[in-house]
Amino acid sequence: MEIFSFVKRVPSTTANVEIKDQQLDTSGCEFEINPYDRFAVEEGLRQKEAAGGGTVTAVSFGDDASQKELRTTLAMGADAALLLKNDAADSADAATTAKVIAAAIGERSFDLLLFGKQSVGHDQHGVGAGVATRLGIPCITEVISLDISAGQVTAQRGVEGAVETITASLPCAITCQKGLNEPRLASLKGIMAAKKKPLESVDVEMPALALIVESTQPPAARPAGRIVNNAAELVDALRNEAKVL
Amino acid sequence: MSSVLVILETRQGELRPSCLEAVGAARVIADAKGCAVVALAPESANLDAAVIGAAGADQLMVATAEVHSADAAAATAARVAREISANTVLLTATVRGRDITPRIAALLDTGFAPDCTAVDANTMVFTRPICGGKAFSNVRINGDVVVASLRPNFFNAAGREHTAEASEVPSEAAKAQVIEVAAQSGERPDVAEASIVISGGRGMGSPDNWHLLEKVADVIPATGLGASRAIVDSGWRPHSEQVGQTGKTVSPELYIAVGISGAIQHLAGMSSSKVIVAINKDADAPIFKHATYGIVGDALEILPELAAELEK
Ligand SMILES: Cc1cc2nc3c(=O)[nH]c(=O)nc-3n(C[C@H](O)[C@H](O)[C@H](O)COP(=O)(O)OP(=O)(O)OC[C@H]3O[C@@H](n4cnc5c(N)ncnc54)[C@H](O)[C@@H]3O)c2cc1C
Repeated sequence: MEIFSFVKRVPSTTANVEIKDQQLDTSGCEFEINPYDRFAVEEGLRQKEAAGGGTVTAVSFGDDASQKELRTTLAMGADAALLLKNDAADSADAATTAKVIAAAIGERSFDLLLFGKQSVGHDQHGVGAGVATRLGIPCITEVISLDISAGQVTAQRGVEGAVETITASLPCAITCQKGLNEPRLASLKGIMAAKKKPLESVDVEMPALALIVESTQPPAARPAGRIVNNAAELVDALRNEAKVL
Repeated sequence: MSSVLVILETRQGELRPSCLEAVGAARVIADAKGCAVVALAPESANLDAAVIGAAGADQLMVATAEVHSADAAAATAARVAREISANTVLLTATVRGRDITPRIAALLDTGFAPDCTAVDANTMVFTRPICGGKAFSNVRINGDVVVASLRPNFFNAAGREHTAEASEVPSEAAKAQVIEVAAQSGERPDVAEASIVISGGRGMGSPDNWHLLEKVADVIPATGLGASRAIVDSGWRPHSEQVGQTGKTVSPELYIAVGISGAIQHLAGMSSSKVIVAINKDADAPIFKHATYGIVGDALEILPELAAELEK
């Protein structure tokens, strides 16, 4: 089974958000693999094993710094890595990113594309389904269980108040939600092995952005709250002051 | 003549009520542009044209597909968008809505603004949270058609007297298909859809105390039950109830956080709630900085009192 697992370098989820000149400033942030993309790498390794062979290639659309995250996926067990390199990659919205990735991998052969359900930070939820749509293949999003046999894909995902079972056939794209698997940590042996694995870097063009960020600001401050003494005062405030009951 | 297209979400033929808010937002945009609102249900459904019209739509199109398929829904929506020369396509930022939105944008070769909390109908600048709600961006689509999904609980249905003109349209063929929808057990609404949410954290002490939260939820109709990640990771409650950065994002009218410290990742999922109540025994817990009302004290004592007061 030929598998591509997509990873993005993102500011750590515990980083403070700095805003400078009405734009997000991540220059002081620690970076890491987008947490949802770890599920995509782990699932690639598991599906390859279940299929009895194949390759898992980790792909990132990013700048040179993203090589670090790609090395981490190699240390987890990916066979090869591909950097779709553009220094402005981080400014790309999900629709633009999908366009770039679809153009870059459309020529290659694959059975399964695995993405995180969203990248934290931009929180756009759109790259996996966008790539699949541009390539004309099925995509199942926010997957929490995945079974592939004889080219048939059966997946489950949570929607509001229910769990859906969805079927499709390969080649197929999947976006991964927490619960799909427990991503492994890189072992020392894996880290050593990663150094000898291939990491290909291909320069890609950045098309005009599809989403323009005009400005970014902190959330509107909430009006100061107050401490009430007991449940009776609380219910009174909710009924008569806030009028939410 | 162009139009604003709004995509309705149905499940087993029934309308998901939150998408009426998107119909209302479509009306506001259409009025600013002086054009019509077309509502499209991508699957066959039993819809009341008076309800859809009242929310703001002039026309209601119901497609023929019997089961949900995100790719077919997007292809049907993109085809209709072209047929009616849509200037804008609006969706609701539910799991299905988030799934279809980028596909429609790809098919129309345009951009999309996901999970928006506000729109200026004159400039078509959308406001949306980024970094789990730690900041908000004002964004604009660079493309011929504007595609956006709207976060539930931020927009309002129009609330007018009008019956939409109904018609049936063909569905496009499906690649991936939903073959089963298993509803979660219980009567309670999902946290992401409930207008009131009460969530418990580690301060609840033990899963055996959860009935105290459930009791409060039972006395306020349509209340959803949530939990912090600490609770979900301990296996006390299912992940479908987790609120926060790695769980669900909620913005109810009222959010009651019980025994929850207010970690930044929890706040990411609920800080846009209209009214926030915190019940915590530690007066310095960070959650109080975000709360509209707070009670400092032992949750296990306060919850039964709260249930009793609410019953009065
Ligand atoms: C990448 C990442 C993602 C995360 N995603 C999420 C997420 O989606 N959602 C989420 O919730 N967390 C998330 N977290 C975890 C988050 O950082 C916190 O650890 C978690 O929210 C804490 O849960 P808690 O408030 O229930 O527990 P604690 O932080 O332990 O707080 C318990 C609170 O209960 C109070 N208390 C104790 N006893 C009582 C009592 N008898 N009566 C009243 N109050 C009492 C205490 O004073 C304390 O404030 C994430 C963390 C990371 C690193």
